[in-house]
Amino acid sequence: MTVVSSQSQPLLAAVGLSKTFPGTRALDGVDFELRAGEVHALLGENGAGKSTLIKCLTGAYRRDGGDILLDGASIDPRDTQEAQRLGIGTVYQEVNLLPNLTVAENLLLGRQPRSFGLVSRRETNRTAREMLSRYGLAIDVARALDSYSVAIQQIVAIARAVSLSGKVLILDEPTASLDRDEVRMLFDVVSSLRAQGLGIVFISHFLDQVFDISDRITVLRNGKLVGVREAATLDRTQLINMMLGRELSEETRDRGRGGFDYAQAPRIAFAGTGRAGVIAPFDLSIHRGEVVGMAGLLGSGRTETAELMFAAAPRDGGTVTKDGTPLKLASPRDAIAAGFGFSPEDRKTSGIIGDMSVRENIVLALQARQGWMRPVRLSRQREMADDYIRRLGIRTPDAEKPIGQLSGGNQQKALLARWLATNPEFLILDEPTRGIDVGAHAEIIRMIEELCASGMSLLVISSELDELVTYSHRVVVVRDRVHVAELIGEEITTDSIVAAIAKPSPVQEAGT
Amino acid sequence: MNGTLARFARRIAPQLITLAVVVAMIGIVFPGFFDISIANGRLYGSPVDILNRGAPVALLAIGMTLVIATGGIDLSVGAVMAICGAIAATLIVEGYSLPATLALSLGAGLLCGLWNGILVAVLGIQPIVATLILMVAGRGIAQLVTEGMIRTFSHDGFASLGSGNLLWLPTPVVIWICAGILATLIVRRTALGMLIEAVGINRRASMLAGVNARLLLVTVYMVSGLCAAMAGIIVTADIRGADANNAGLFLELDAILAVVVGGTSLLGGHFSLIASLIGAMIIQAINTGILVAGFPPEFNLVIKACIVLAILVLQSPALQGAAILFSRAKGQP
Amino acid sequence: MNPRLLPLAATVMIFVIAYAVCYIQFPAMLSTRVAGNLLTDNAFLGIAAVGMTFVIISGGIDLSVGSVIAFTGVFIAVVLRDTSLHPLAVFAILLVLTTLFGAAMGMIIHVLRMPPFIVTLAGMFLARGLAYILSVDSVPISHPFYDWLQTLYWLLPGKGRLTLIGGLMLLVFAFGILLAHRTRFGANVIALGGGVQTARLMGVPVARTIVAIYALSGFLAGLSGIVFSLYTSAGYSLAAVGVELDAIAAVVIGGTLLTGGSGFVAGTLIGVLIMGLIQTYIIFDGTLSSWWTKIVIGALLLVFIVLQKGLLGLADRRRSLRASGGA
Repeated sequence: MTVVSSQSQPLLAAVGLSKTFPGTRALDGVDFELRAGEVHALLGENGAGKSTLIKCLTGAYRRDGGDILLDGASIDPRDTQEAQRLGIGTVYQEVNLLPNLTVAENLLLGRQPRSFGLVSRRETNRTAREMLSRYGLAIDVARALDSYSVAIQQIVAIARAVSLSGKVLILDEPTASLDRDEVRMLFDVVSSLRAQGLGIVFISHFLDQVFDISDRITVLRNGKLVGVREAATLDRTQLINMMLGRELSEETRDRGRGGFDYAQAPRIAFAGTGRAGVIAPFDLSIHRGEVVGMAGLLGSGRTETAELMFAAAPRDGGTVTKDGTPLKLASPRDAIAAGFGFSPEDRKTSGIIGDMSVRENIVLALQARQGWMRPVRLSRQREMADDYIRRLGIRTPDAEKPIGQLSGGNQQKALLARWLATNPEFLILDEPTRGIDVGAHAEIIRMIEELCASGMSLLVISSELDELVTYSHRVVVVRDRVHVAELIGEEITTDSIVAAIAKPSPVQEAGT
Repeated sequence: MNGTLARFARRIAPQLITLAVVVAMIGIVFPGFFDISIANGRLYGSPVDILNRGAPVALLAIGMTLVIATGGIDLSVGAVMAICGAIAATLIVEGYSLPATLALSLGAGLLCGLWNGILVAVLGIQPIVATLILMVAGRGIAQLVTEGMIRTFSHDGFASLGSGNLLWLPTPVVIWICAGILATLIVRRTALGMLIEAVGINRRASMLAGVNARLLLVTVYMVSGLCAAMAGIIVTADIRGADANNAGLFLELDAILAVVVGGTSLLGGHFSLIASLIGAMIIQAINTGILVAGFPPEFNLVIKACIVLAILVLQSPALQGAAILFSRAKGQP
Repeated sequence: MNPRLLPLAATVMIFVIAYAVCYIQFPAMLSTRVAGNLLTDNAFLGIAAVGMTFVIISGGIDLSVGSVIAFTGVFIAVVLRDTSLHPLAVFAILLVLTTLFGAAMGMIIHVLRMPPFIVTLAGMFLARGLAYILSVDSVPISHPFYDWLQTLYWLLPGKGRLTLIGGLMLLVFAFGILLAHRTRFGANVIALGGGVQTARLMGVPVARTIVAIYALSGFLAGLSGIVFSLYTSAGYSLAAVGVELDAIAAVVIGGTLLTGGSGFVAGTLIGVLIMGLIQTYIIFDGTLSSWWTKIVIGALLLVFIVLQKGLLGLADRRRSLRASGGA
C-alpha cells in the first residue's frame, strides 16, 4: 500500500494550464492538484473546461501553456496510451471498452496469457476473475461485456484502467446511467481504491454523489478556476453559486417583466406530458409574448423536456393544445406545422448541416415545411440569408460559406435565423448561448427580448442564471427529472433559482 | 446567376477535363476516332458509340447518385436490371402491348426500389447490407421470370428502344440524356436536391428541422429502381432478348464508380447528376478507347482499376486532412 | 443463452432441419458419399469464406476474392504451360503474390482511410484484369503432379470420399477457428469490429491488424484459387464470377454480423454447407431449377439480417432503458 505522501507534494498537479481552440479559450491558466489517497471532484457546467482539462491530463489534447507534474516531475503525454503508461488511467461515461468482446478479453486485450502460442482461455478467464475479485465482483467473465449492466461495465473499465496505470484514476461522469444501488457499488470500489492510495478525479453533475464521495472539490467556470474547497466545509448553495456564477446579479435585475398579464388564455398548453424514466409528467403553458426560462443542472431533464415538447422524442400520453384546440404531435414535422421551432443543445450533431452553406441552413426548416414541390426561389433564399446575416450580425464572408466553418456563436445565430424564417409562434431554445463569445452572447439575449416583444412565445433553457433572470417572465426549475418549482415575476432572482435547484432531493427513488 | 454558373463550372471541371484528356488520348492513338458520318438517318462514329454504349451505366448513375447523396448505396441495380428486362421480354412475348409492357416493367423497378427503401428507411438496416439481399436474390427472380431461358422476342417497336434512332441519335442516347435532364430539373428546380443533401450530411439535424427523411430515403431508392428498370429495358431491347444471368452484371459497380468519378462522396452530401453522367461517359470512353485504339480489351479492367485508385488517392480524407493541416497550422478541437 | 450465439444456433438448426427434410425425401442424401461431395464441391468457396469471415468481423468487406481466384487459376495454368517450374513452387510464388495483394489493399484502406468497399472493388477490377492479360481463353492444366493430387482421397466408411481439397478446406476452417478465437490477433480483429477508435484507445495495433486481415484474405483467396484449379483442371479468367457474394452470404448465414464485431468461423462452415445443401437438393430433385438457389439464399440472408437487426435493437433498447431508468 502506498502511504499518503507529504501534503506538500501532490500526486498530480496542473499549473497554469491553457488550451485554446479556434474561437474559444477552453482553459485559461487553470491550476489543479490531486493528492494521493483522495477523491477530488471536478465540477462545472458544460463548457466550463472540465473535459478539456481531463483531456490535457490524459494526453488526448496537447496543452498550449502551463505544466503538468506527476510525482513532481513534468510530463507531456502525447496520447492516452502514454498517459496510461505513466500512471494516469481514465474511465468515461460511455464505457470505453468493446461491448462485443468478453469481460475477460476487455480486461486483458493485448496481454492475454498464452500457452503454446495460443491464447489460453482458461488462464485469461482465471486472471480476469482474480482481477475482478479484488473489486468484489464475481461474474462470468467469459460472457460478452454488453450482457452486463453499465455499473458492472464501469467497474470492469476501472479494473482495466487501474491495472494498466495505477497512480491516478479519472472517472468522467461514471454514474450518469446508474441507479442508486449501482452507485453504491461503484462508490465502494472507489473508496477501496482511495484507501489503497490512488488519486481519484471524480466528475459528476449529481451533487449528492459529489458530497457523498469527495474529499475536495474544484470548480471551473468558462475555462477558469473558480476555487478549491474541502467538501466537508462546503454547502450546496455555495457550491451551486460557484458553478453557475452570478457576478452580474447582486441585485434582482427586474426589467419590468414582473407585470405579465396572466389573465389571457395561454397560447400553448402541455398537460400530463412525460415519459417514464426520462421526465416525470408535467403541465406547462406558455402565453403570447412570454419568455419561460428553464433552469436546472445538467442531466436534470431540461433537454428531455424540450425534446418531448417538440415531439423529437416519444412521450407517454398527455395532451397539447394551442389556443384551446388539441394538437396531434407525432413528429417534429407536426410540431413545425403547428408553428413550433426548436434549436437543440448539441449544435453540431442535431443543429447545423455542417457541409451546407449558411443560406441553405437558414432556409432548411422553411423549405421542409413547404415541401419539396414548392421550392423557395434562389433569389428569395439569398434575400432571406442576407437579411438575417445583417439583422442577427452573423459574421461570415458571404451566405455561401459552409456553416461548419463558422464560429459557434455565428452557427447559433444562423440556427436562430433558420427558425425565424419559419415565423414560429413558439420557439424552444436549448442553451442558445453556450460556448459562444461575449459579443454574440449579448446579441442573442437582445434577440430573445425582441422576439418576445413581437409576440412570440419562447422557452429558453440555460445554465446562465443571470441570463435567465434578465429575460424570463417565469422560470421553471427542473431537478432529478421532475419539474419542481415555478417562479413568477418578482420571485425570479438568481438566489431563488439556486435555492430551488439546491433543495436537497427528497429520498430518491431507486431507478427502475 | 453568374456566380451559380461559375460554381457549377468549377464543380464539373475536373470531370470535363478528365473526359477531354481521355478522348484526346484516344484521338492521338486512333486518328479516325472523331470521324462522324450520317447514314440511314442517324449519326455513326466512335463518339456516338460511346454515348450509346454508356447508356445503361448513365441511367444507373442517375439513381445511384441520389442514393449515395443520402449516404447510402444500392448494390441491387444490376439484378433489378435483369428482373425488369426479364419481365419486359416475357410480357412482350406473351402479347402485351408495348405501353403495358413498359409500364409493368418500370413498375417492377419501382417495387424493387420500394423494397430496398423500406429495409433501409423503416427497418434501419445498413444500405450496403439491405441492398445485398436483392443483389443476390434478384438474378434468381429474373431467372424465375424467364424460366431459365434466354427469352428472345421479335417486336420491332420494343427493339427500337435499344437499337432504333431518334433525332439522328441512337434511341438509348436520347433516353438517358432526357432522363438526366429531367432528373436534374426535378432535383434542382424543386427543393428535392437540397433536402436529399441535408439528409445525407446530417440526418438527425435534418429531421429536427422538419425534413421527412424517411420518405425521402424511400423515394431515392425507388428512383434508383426506376433507373435500373429503364437500363434493363434498353439492354433487353438492344439484344432482343432477356438474359437473366448476364444482363447488368457488374453494372452496379460501374455505376458506383461513375458517381465516385463524378466527385460525389460515398459518405453522402453534395452531389452533381451532371458530373456523374460525365463520369459514366469517362468510363465508357475508356472502355471504347481501349477497344478502338487497338489495345486488347483485356487491359480494360486493369486500366480501370488504376484510374479508380488514382481517384481514390486524390479524394481520400487522409490527403484532404493533410491539405487542411497545411493550410491551417493550428489544431482543432 | 448468450444472445450473440443465437444467429449461430439458428444456422445450425436450419442446417439440421434442412438436412432432415432432404433425408426424408431422398434417403440417399444421408450418405458419406453425398457428404464427401458436399465438401469437395464447396471447398474453394469455404476457404475463401474463412478469409471473408475475418474481414467482415473486423467491420470491412473484400470484394476482390472472386477475381483473385480467377487470377490464381490463370496464373498457375499459364506458368505451368510456359515454364518447367514445379507446381509446388508455382503455388508458393502465387500465395506470396496474393498475400501481398491483400496486404496492399489493407494498407490503402488504413493509410488513405478509404471505405474497404471501394478499395477492394478496385482490387477486384485489377485482379480480374490481370487474369485477362495473362490469358483470355481457358487454359487447361495438365501436369502429372496435378493428376496425382486429384487422385488423393481418404475413403470414408460408406464409400464416401474425403478428397484432398475437401480435407484442405476442413483444415483451413480448423486453422481459422483457432486464429479467430484463440489468438491475440483474433481478439484484435473482433476488437476492430467493435469500434476502431475504442480499439485504438485500448492498445490494439490498428494498422498492423488491418493490413494482416486483408493479407490473410488475399492468402486464402489464393489458396482457394489453387483448390479451384485442382477442382476444374483449368485456369479461366472468367471463372469464379460472384464468388465474393457467395462467400459474404455464407458468412452472414453463418451468424457473423455483417456490420462487424461478432462472428464465428465455424458458423461460416455451416453457412457454406447450407448453400451446398440447397444445390445438392436441387440436383437430387431434378425438376427444380438452379435459380432457386439464389432466391433461397437471398431469403436466408433477409432472415438473418432481420434477425441480427432485431437482436441488436433488443440489446440497444435494454441498454437505453437501463440508462434512462437510473439516477
